[in-house]
Amino acid sequence: MSAAHTPIRLQVDGRSVTVPAGFSVAAAIAQVATAFGTRKDASLRAPLCGMGLCFECRVRIDGADHQRACMTLVREGMRVETTTEPAHG
Amino acid sequence: MAERYDVLVVGAGPAGLAATQAAAGYGARVGLVDAQSTQGGQVWRRDVRGAVPPDAAAAFRAVANLPNLDWLAQTQIVAATQNELLVEHDARARSLRYDKLVLACGARELLLPFPGWTLPGVFGAGGAQALVKQGWPIAGKRVVVAGSGPLLLAAAATLKKHGANVLGIYEQAAPAQLAAFASRLWRWPAKAAQAVALRAALAGVTYRAGAVVAAAHGDAQLRAIELRIGKQMRQIDCDHLAVGYGLVPNVELAELLGCALDASGRHPRVAVDADQRTSLANVYAAGEICGIGGRDAARIEGAIAGHAAAGAMQAAQAMQSARRRARRFSALLEMHFALDPRVRELATDDTVVCRCENVAWSALRDFDDARAAKLQTRCGMGACQGRICGTALAELGRYARGGLRPPIFPARLATLADSDFASIENQTAQ
Amino acid sequence: MSAFDLIVVGAGIVGAACADLAAAEGLHVAIVEPGPVGGGATAASMGHLVVMDDDPAELALSRYSQQLWEAYADLPEAEFSRCGTLWIARDEHERAGIAAKIARLAQAGVFAEAIDANALYELEPELAPGLAGGMLVAEEAVVYPPRVAEFLVKRATARNARLYLGRRAQRLVAEGVALDDGTRLSGPVLVATGCAVPELLPMLPMRARKGHLVITERYPAFVRHQLLELGYADSAHGNAPVSVAFNVQPRPTGQVLIGSSREFDDSRDISMSTVRTMLSRAFAFLPRLRYLQALRIWTGFRPTTPDGRPYLGAVPGLRNVWVAAGHEGLGVTTAFGSAGLLIDQLFGRRPAIDPAPYLPLRALA
Repeated sequence: MSAAHTPIRLQVDGRSVTVPAGFSVAAAIAQVATAFGTRKDASLRAPLCGMGLCFECRVRIDGADHQRACMTLVREGMRVETTTEPAHG
Repeated sequence: MAERYDVLVVGAGPAGLAATQAAAGYGARVGLVDAQSTQGGQVWRRDVRGAVPPDAAAAFRAVANLPNLDWLAQTQIVAATQNELLVEHDARARSLRYDKLVLACGARELLLPFPGWTLPGVFGAGGAQALVKQGWPIAGKRVVVAGSGPLLLAAAATLKKHGANVLGIYEQAAPAQLAAFASRLWRWPAKAAQAVALRAALAGVTYRAGAVVAAAHGDAQLRAIELRIGKQMRQIDCDHLAVGYGLVPNVELAELLGCALDASGRHPRVAVDADQRTSLANVYAAGEICGIGGRDAARIEGAIAGHAAAGAMQAAQAMQSARRRARRFSALLEMHFALDPRVRELATDDTVVCRCENVAWSALRDFDDARAAKLQTRCGMGACQGRICGTALAELGRYARGGLRPPIFPARLATLADSDFASIENQTAQ
Repeated sequence: MSAFDLIVVGAGIVGAACADLAAAEGLHVAIVEPGPVGGGATAASMGHLVVMDDDPAELALSRYSQQLWEAYADLPEAEFSRCGTLWIARDEHERAGIAAKIARLAQAGVFAEAIDANALYELEPELAPGLAGGMLVAEEAVVYPPRVAEFLVKRATARNARLYLGRRAQRLVAEGVALDDGTRLSGPVLVATGCAVPELLPMLPMRARKGHLVITERYPAFVRHQLLELGYADSAHGNAPVSVAFNVQPRPTGQVLIGSSREFDDSRDISMSTVRTMLSRAFAFLPRLRYLQALRIWTGFRPTTPDGRPYLGAVPGLRNVWVAAGHEGLGVTTAFGSAGLLIDQLFGRRPAIDPAPYLPLRALA
C-alpha cells in the first residue's frame, strides 16, 4: 500500500502536478485542465470511456503524440502536453 | 522472440481470471494478456484510493505467484492469426504463440450521441467510474448519473464514495419495467444483496426511472444538462455527466480471427458451444463477449473455457447447469432495461456522431451502408476504429459496424516492422 | 428492357469519369455498380496525381489527364492538396538520371526542377542523411478519390443518368447487359470494372497486382511533399514476385500514408512480411517514421494489363462494346484523360492524344 502513496511529480502543459503513484495521466491532467485536445472545428475534448477505447484522451507524453492518458500511469518527471488536432482541409 | 503458451487468455477480468485459474490448475503454460496495468477488467478495476472487494481479492489471489503463468500487463493486441498474437508492450513488438486461445475481452459501454455529448465533463457512466478509480478528482463536484442498467448504481456509488455530490441517478427505463425487474431479482440472491448494498450506499440520492438526458450545455466544459422526464424538461446545473446505456460485447479480436458471431441482436456477440468453444476449434470465448451476463456468468464461463482449453472436458461439463442459471439473469436484464426508442433519436443535425473524425449526424443519416458512409465521410476511420460511432450507429438502427482492419488497436509502425508475425487474414468481406 | 445511349459498368473513378462525361455530352447513361461507388481500387489508392515519364504513352495520358484534373482543384469533395512530388535520389547514379527526366517532362509541358542535397533537407528535414538530392514537381497534387467518384456519379445522375447501385452486370447480351436481378439494359456497353474486366470480357488479359498501404495518426508537417524514390519505376515495372518502393504521402488530414508494394496475389490477406519490407524501406528514408502510430493497414488491387497500359477503346469482335480499364497504379491520375479519350472515340471524334497505344486490339494480336 505504501507505494501507492508515493508522490509523483510531473509536468502538464508546463505546470507542475503532484499525484500519488498509481494514478493515471488522465487523473493528473484533470488536476489542472478540463480539455485534453481540440478538434478541427475548435471543439474541445476530454476523456469519455475511461477504458482505452474511445481515444478522446490522447495527449503528447514525453514527446510522443497520440498517447491515451487513461491507459498510462504517471511516472516521475513525465512531460504531458494536451494537444491540438490539426485542421483538416 | 516469440513466446509459446498452451493456453493464452485475453482479458484479465472475471472471465479471464477464472479461465486462467482453471487452465493453470492442470499445469498448462498459461499467458494472461490485458491492456490495463492491473488485473480485474472493468468490473473489478482497482481503485487506487480504495480497498479491493473480497470476491475480486480472492480471484486475484488464486492466480498470484503461479509458476506456470505469465501475466502480461499493459499489453495491447495489434493483430492475430489462429496460432499467434502480435502484441505491443512498452512500445515494443512481441509475438505470442498459442495452442488454445481464450477470449475474455469483456464489454464496453454503449455511448449514444446527443447534443453536447462531446463537451469536456461528459463521461460514460462506467467511464466515470473507471476514471475516478484511477484518481480522477471528483470530490465536491456536482455529478448527474444517467442512462440505463445496473451499472448506473455501481458508478454512482463509486463517485459518491470519492466525495462527489451526486445530484441524481436517471434511468431511461420506465418505472413499471424496473418494478418488474426488482420483483424477479430474489431468484438471484447475490444480485439482490448487491442491489440492496448499493441502494444503502446511495441513501439520500435521487433515483428516477423514465428519465433521459436530452442535451448537455456548456462552452469550454459542461455547465448543465437537460433532462426529459415524461413530457417535462428540466435543467440541472452540474460539473459532470456520467451517462451510459448499458454494455456491448468487445468482439473485435474474435471478428479479426474469423470466429462466427451471433448477429441476431443489434450488437454482435461471439457464438460458442456448451464448452465455450467458438467456431474455431482452438479458440474459446467466455463472459460478456458472448453476450452481456454479468460477473457471475463470466466467472462460470471463464472456468468452463479454462477447463476445456486444458482438455478437462468433464470439469467443463460439470459447470454447465450453473452457467445456464447465471445466463438467465442476462435475459432478465435485457428485457427490463430495453431502450426507450426515444434515446435513439436524441442526435440533431449538427450532433457529432464520429468523434474521431468529427462527422455530424446530418452527414450520415442518408447512408444505409457502413462502408459507403466511411468512404464518403470518414466516419469510423479514426483511432477508435468505429468502436464508439459504429456501435452507436448500429444501436440507432442505421447499419451494422463496418469491417475491421488491422491493427486492431493503433500501434507503432516499428511494432509492425519489427515483428516476425506471419500474415493477417482479412476476414472482413469487402 | 430499358434503353440507354451508354451503359457504364463499374463506378470506380474511371467509370465515374466516363459516365459523367457521357452525360455531359447529352447521352442517356446507365451506371451499374455492385458495391459502394468508388469502393474498389479507387478507395484503396493513394490518390496521387503524378505524371510518369518512363513510357511515352503513359506520359502522354497522365499529362493530358492531369491538366483535366485542374478543373477539380477547388472542388471540396476532391480534397485537392498541391503538395508537389519530390523524387529522391539516393546516390550520384540516381541523381545523374534527373536531367534527362526533367527534359522528358519539359517536352510534355511539365515543369520539374533538380534539387541539391541541401535544398532537399530544407524541403524535408525528416529525410535520412546521406541522400544525393532529388527532383521536385511542384504542381502535382494528391486528392481523395472515392469522394470524387461519388461527386461524378451524382453529377451524372443530375444529368439524367440512371444509377443501378447494388446491381452486378452478370453478362453481356446482344445489344446490352443482363444484371444479376434479371434486369436487361440495352445500349452500347462500356466496361470499366478494373480487375473484374475478364468476367465480362475474357479475351482481355488482366491481373490483379496487390498493394499494401499503411496510414498513421495525424502528424501534420512530418512530411510536406509526396515523396518517392527515383528507383520507384524499377519497382513499379519490374517483375520481381514482391517489390516495394519508398512512397510516402502527407494527407491533408495530417496523416502519413505509406506505400508501396506490388505482388501478384489474389487474396486480400495482409502479408506482414510485405508490410515489414515496405516499412523498412520507408524507415531507411525517414528514420523517425518508426515512432509514429499506425492506424490501419489495407490491401488493394491494381488492374494490370500485360504491357502496363490501359485498355481504352472498342473491344474487337464485339459490337458496341467498349472498355476503359487496366490502369494499374495510375487510374486516379488518368481517369479524366481516359474518359476523354474514350468518349471521343465513341463519338468518332479525334481524341486530344493519340489513342493507338491504348487500343484493346493489341491484346488480341
